[in-house]
Amino acid sequence: MSMQAHIAEPGRAGKWVRTVSGWFAGRGRTLVIAIPMLWLLLFFLVPFLVVGKISLSEAAIARPPYLPIWNFEDGILTLSLNLGNFQFLAEDSLYFNAYVQSLQIAFFSTILALLIGYPMAYVIARAPARLRNLLLMLVILPFWTSFLLRIYAWIGILKTNGVINNILLSLGIIHEPLVMMQTNFAVYVGIVYTYLPFMILPLYSTLVKLDESLFEAAADLGARPLTIFLSVTLPLSVPGIIAGSMLVFIPVVGEFVTPELLGGPDTLMIGRQLWTEFFANRDWPVASAVAIVMLIVLVLPVMLLQRTQPDEAGG
Amino acid sequence: MSQQENGPVMRPWLDPDAVPFIRIRNITKKFGAFTAVNNVTLDIYHNELFCLLGGSGCGKSTLLRMLSGFEQPTDGSIEIDGQDMAGMSPCDRPTNMMFQSYALFPHMSVEKNIAYGLKRDRLPRGEIADRVAEILKLVQLEEYGTRKPAQLSGGQRQRVALARSLVKKPKVLLLDEPLGALDKKLREETQFELVNIQETLGVTFIVVTHDQEEAMSISTRIGVMDQGKIIQVGEPREIYEFPQSRFVADFIGSVNMFEGQVIKDTQSKVVIHCPDAQMDIEVSHGVSCASAQKVAFAIRPEKIQMSRTKPKKALNLTRGVVQEIAYLGNLSIYHVVLDSGKAVRVTRPNLERADEHAVTWEDRVYLYWDGTAGVVLNT
Repeated sequence: MSMQAHIAEPGRAGKWVRTVSGWFAGRGRTLVIAIPMLWLLLFFLVPFLVVGKISLSEAAIARPPYLPIWNFEDGILTLSLNLGNFQFLAEDSLYFNAYVQSLQIAFFSTILALLIGYPMAYVIARAPARLRNLLLMLVILPFWTSFLLRIYAWIGILKTNGVINNILLSLGIIHEPLVMMQTNFAVYVGIVYTYLPFMILPLYSTLVKLDESLFEAAADLGARPLTIFLSVTLPLSVPGIIAGSMLVFIPVVGEFVTPELLGGPDTLMIGRQLWTEFFANRDWPVASAVAIVMLIVLVLPVMLLQRTQPDEAGG
Repeated sequence: MSQQENGPVMRPWLDPDAVPFIRIRNITKKFGAFTAVNNVTLDIYHNELFCLLGGSGCGKSTLLRMLSGFEQPTDGSIEIDGQDMAGMSPCDRPTNMMFQSYALFPHMSVEKNIAYGLKRDRLPRGEIADRVAEILKLVQLEEYGTRKPAQLSGGQRQRVALARSLVKKPKVLLLDEPLGALDKKLREETQFELVNIQETLGVTFIVVTHDQEEAMSISTRIGVMDQGKIIQVGEPREIYEFPQSRFVADFIGSVNMFEGQVIKDTQSKVVIHCPDAQMDIEVSHGVSCASAQKVAFAIRPEKIQMSRTKPKKALNLTRGVVQEIAYLGNLSIYHVVLDSGKAVRVTRPNLERADEHAVTWEDRVYLYWDGTAGVVLNT
């Protein structure tokens, strides 16, 4: 018996190994996908549900500062969903204005970043290969210093007795300092400056892949440089324009630091409002509602855009 | 497939009074210290299908790009139909180019790709549609007008590229390796089509290719290029049968080369002493060279006769042993090693399906040829 068992043993072990490796081979693909899925579930979906839950509860002077949405007492489960927070957002025009202004600032910042970033990306993509990496480095270089430090540097440049005003005054171009700080102008400067690389990088990666012979073919068929740009370069860089615009637009809507430091009291952005609700007013349910609405405002257009986009892979 | 017609009407290069359509004069192109095209002078006539043939880096593509205007010559001039091309940008030149990569616009349908050049000329919409339909019919792609380039096969893309470059009716069509990306079978079919289209439209074609078979089969004339220079210009037969240099003889087709020394040089015959061939080769045409000059005798594999029995009459005769036979179906290639150790390539057509008396391995054979079978090369 024991002899037989010994003989049988390796066979069984081998079979087990084979089964496991087979299981991995069959499910390898699932496993690879499961890891990022699990990440998103843990760090995105669960917090999102928590925020969603808080947004439906009632504020209270407690710790945490809201009432639970369900209650189990005497065998009765009571679920009280408080839609008052959303109602409050709809009633107070402050929030509506903040959303509109956030979207507006994000929209114009995206356009500005595109107008500045496209020519830069184009020049880098058309530069000699040995120069390209250096130029890309220069685009990324500012990230090596602290973001806050760079915003403070802008304060130094823009303030009443800052670099720009001093230069203009000493040259006699202006006689009174320009007020740039704490205006929407300063917010635009800060945001466009901060997010420009996010526009340039995807545009660059699209433009650098375009075959030089396409431009030559267009020129050969009688197109002038402007026509070549409008009929060949621009349509072929649409994927880069979309990617870059999303990378700028989406984070700018919720931007907090730049409007807080560079903007004035009338720079009403939803990120600032959220901060105020959360930390100053300690009204977590309203803050959560603000966050949820912002997410919906951002996600819906993106989903619609993706649906109208023709399937790129189909080509 | 070659378009060899008799008389100077179809072969204007034989007529000293014919006016060339394209005049290339002393064209040089330097990239830094590297000379890509070196002092090329070339006349190309109306309606020709001229091939620039050479290995990679010989300057053939650079020459084509100077004709299209993508490169500016360092020196020299190009004239097309009496018009100087100096300083003229590609979009103004009477040339169109078919790119090696085809360079089709991926975001446009086949029709839009073809109409692109016509739109730049601001032609009326109706005329554009008519001409696109006409050219699509010519390249047999009528049903593919609405497809995107990515939805086409390689051969179809090649035809779209051809249609797009032809639709503007350029004076000269420049083709950069037009058949390079196609497989062998398709390439052979497309060669015929290309020649037919050229004859139908009467456009002057200049084709750049590295494929000597392709050049032989489609062109009216071939310009063989090496290291930025045109080595020889001539009709395919001329290039093949009368190469003027070792390079051309070796580059076009395969050739047996015997190095030797001229020992007798008269008006009607030359005798070359060739230790390699174990004989004095007699050539029945005069060669302008100094006596005792070192020369090469070049003979094509199919021009050499071979038999196991000694021929009764042979001007040039040598012996060797068959070492290798490559059976290619229509013909066989024999590697015969002469007693001197020199290997000679001989090809014989396989006329019979089963020839029991055929020459086989280890056979001792006689190789012989007459006085006009080969050429003497002194460069």
